[in-house]
Amino acid sequence: MTAVRRRLREWPAHLILLVGVALFAFPVYVAVIGSTHDLATVASGRMGLTPGPYGLKNYVQAWSTGTGERIRGAPVRQMVRNSAIMAVTISTGKIAISIISAFAVVFFNFPGRMFFFWMIFVTLMLPVEVRIIPTYKVVSDLGMINTFAGLTIPLIASATATLIFRQFFLQVPDELVDAAKVDGAGPMRFFWSVLLPLSSTTVAALFVILFLYGWNQYLWPLLITTSQSMETVVIGITKMIGTGEALVDWPIIMATAVMAMLPPITVVVLMQRWFVKGLTETEK
Amino acid sequence: MTRRAIFPNRVLPYVLLAPQLIITIVFFFWPAGQAVYTSLIRQDPFGLRTTFVWFENFVTVLTDPFYVQALQVTFVFSVSVVVVAMGTGLVLAVTADKPIRGAGIYKTLLIWPYAIAPAVSAALWLFIFHPVIGVVGRALIQQGIRWEYTLNSAHAMILVVLAASWNRVAYNFIFFLAGLQSIPRSVIEAAAVDGAGSRQRFWRIVFPLLSPTTFFLLVVNVIFAFFDTFGVIHALTRGGPGKATETLIYKVYVDGVINLDLGGSSAQSVILLLVVIALTAVQFRYIERRVHY
Repeated sequence: MTAVRRRLREWPAHLILLVGVALFAFPVYVAVIGSTHDLATVASGRMGLTPGPYGLKNYVQAWSTGTGERIRGAPVRQMVRNSAIMAVTISTGKIAISIISAFAVVFFNFPGRMFFFWMIFVTLMLPVEVRIIPTYKVVSDLGMINTFAGLTIPLIASATATLIFRQFFLQVPDELVDAAKVDGAGPMRFFWSVLLPLSSTTVAALFVILFLYGWNQYLWPLLITTSQSMETVVIGITKMIGTGEALVDWPIIMATAVMAMLPPITVVVLMQRWFVKGLTETEK
Repeated sequence: MTRRAIFPNRVLPYVLLAPQLIITIVFFFWPAGQAVYTSLIRQDPFGLRTTFVWFENFVTVLTDPFYVQALQVTFVFSVSVVVVAMGTGLVLAVTADKPIRGAGIYKTLLIWPYAIAPAVSAALWLFIFHPVIGVVGRALIQQGIRWEYTLNSAHAMILVVLAASWNRVAYNFIFFLAGLQSIPRSVIEAAAVDGAGSRQRFWRIVFPLLSPTTFFLLVVNVIFAFFDTFGVIHALTRGGPGKATETLIYKVYVDGVINLDLGGSSAQSVILLLVVIALTAVQFRYIERRVHY
């Protein structure tokens, strides 16, 4: 009896949550369905909500050539590789340079320490979007257009990651540092053998957030990649859509979109615990 | 922020800071300085003569009716995105916070859209709302609604707001849920004992206690709507029809990258820079206040 009553009391909550889940899933579901039909069905507006028979063909075509009716994209294989290189370089790069600069600011006392710390800190207020053209000019003067260096290095400086590591390092007990010193460990030995293992959860959490940040970059790769061989998959999709005509090869575009979403979604779902920790901590 | 136990070393800290500082100077400070400098000068079309014109570029930008229009578009767009994305996030978080079965599964099913890039989310919504091929777009036309996002400004705005908000709800859900879970149960139970109904409990107790989270999300969502939605607009409408969905950040891109109006675009960048500084300052004042609690 109580179980039944409990279920009755719970159903409005379940209803709201199920509607939310459905709203989130619907666009992705339609994209998956769209990727299993042929262009004739989609372009004539006859596509329903059930899968068609062309799924395998569309995915193979998108993955290996990326070209279809009225679109000339790059192979998804190549674009996904570019995106992966970009995302991994940005996330590991950001973590690496942030962890050593936080280490310097917290565990040493040297002239200009606070000045340098503030220098890193104020970059929070300089998002790439507001300094597009001058930054583009610097990168082009350095000959880094259409290179992975140009795509990643300007995005690697990170005030947020430095702040998080600094916060974490400040909580490391002094006794640990003293013990390391007594044992004759120098600063770098302390860093590798004590600090880095202690920071592993913070590193994992940051990695998830920064991987998504790198994978989903838009404006910067749009400016820096002028050759198709350097395009990332997110840019590739919008280039294929163009002005959004009905007759472009939507099934291929949707197959590309599904493959573009898969890696970041997998990372979030598999590393959910670190993801939530990383998200709530980076934004504090 | 000073520790007692530190390493006595003169050179090493500079070596450790060097990579971060070099990137910061070359790709942050130098370009930002260039933006400020370019916003104060005027160059003749051949780049031969440069005149220092003080705030002339700013006056030109701020009196340009198209800039004023972009300002209005940005306002409508940002307010809509913030209201839709935060409202939906709050409703879902409050519901998922209830002690119901399967709450953990719902949580997983509600956070993954955060992983999708704004531009990809734009592609998905376009595929649904396309008037010729979209499942919903076709249904709207069958209902007698003349749905045409490439010609009708209101329709274009609805579409970009939908795509941008959908992308953002998961983020707000995560933060609202974390905020709700940090409210002590005893406070809510005490109110229940005193006879407060569930609606009263929410508006009198939960919502006020949630206000730090709400305020934080407000700032972060405004920043998102201003800057991170470039991809949505570029993929869906390119600022059109006309300039109906041209936000401030999209206008910087169009004027600087496509029209090559460097002075005007730099002045716009500097204005946006001031907006970011103001928003960040507000956000940090709030954090300081919370720390002093």
